[in-house]
Amino acid sequence: MVRDRENEQWVEVLGAEGPLHDTALSDLRELLLVGLKAALQSRSDFVDSLLDDFVQDSLMRILRSLAQFQNRSRFVTWATAIAVRVALTELRKRRWRDVSLESLVADTGFEPVSAAGTTLHTTGSPLIEAMYRIIGSDLTEKQRTVLLAEIRGMAQVEIARQMGSSPNAVYKLSHDARRRLKLALEKAGFTAQDIVATVH
Amino acid sequence: MPLAPHEIQKMLDVVRATETVEIDCDACLLHVAEFAELHLLGRPVPEALKVVEQHLLICDECREEYEILGQALLELAKVRQ
Repeated sequence: MVRDRENEQWVEVLGAEGPLHDTALSDLRELLLVGLKAALQSRSDFVDSLLDDFVQDSLMRILRSLAQFQNRSRFVTWATAIAVRVALTELRKRRWRDVSLESLVADTGFEPVSAAGTTLHTTGSPLIEAMYRIIGSDLTEKQRTVLLAEIRGMAQVEIARQMGSSPNAVYKLSHDARRRLKLALEKAGFTAQDIVATVH
Repeated sequence: MPLAPHEIQKMLDVVRATETVEIDCDACLLHVAEFAELHLLGRPVPEALKVVEQHLLICDECREEYEILGQALLELAKVRQ
């Protein structure tokens, strides 16, 4: 069994130096190792040899972020959430680093409409054709790229790297794209109910 | 390569769930611990955390992390004194 502490104790000893800090850091390390290993071990992209690095990187980030802890949860829960973010970000980078963003979003049929104003895609569904038309004409190229890459599962951290941007900027592009698309579909007369089960 | 039917449906699903105001992934990380604990306790989502709930509908990555966090917390409950 590993010793837990009250939130205030964790923050106090981890924010200081000395033997109590070292003991608390060691306990936290053990807790993160247990939690991460249990949660990640069934993943095909995870190997045990990565665990120590994940936990070490997480501890550094947790110590740097102590002032952000708002006492709205258990400290260990908050720390584990950070560790999960650190671990999965690294696994996602490894998964996607050799995949070209340009290739991933090429030839999807969302290219801008032709000069004649006709859509380049015929699906038989007015909603889907409207979606193609709007994505091709109303979104910027960056918005289109981010939206399609996300639909295809590329990690935000990798989209950001290949676009020379940041994950939060990528999220903003995605949000702006989705909002534009949603508003345009609503303006074209499509409701949320129309969207629910369109693809068969 | 044209979008597959499941990709088209995913596009429509995220568009339908899109809200005018959303939090990003960094903001989600600040609040997901509280959200996860409430969920594990079976408590309802307070109004202040509805934005986290909505973000988890939109963001595959944060939703994946949230599910993994839940598994980690269940394991930690066995070993913490």
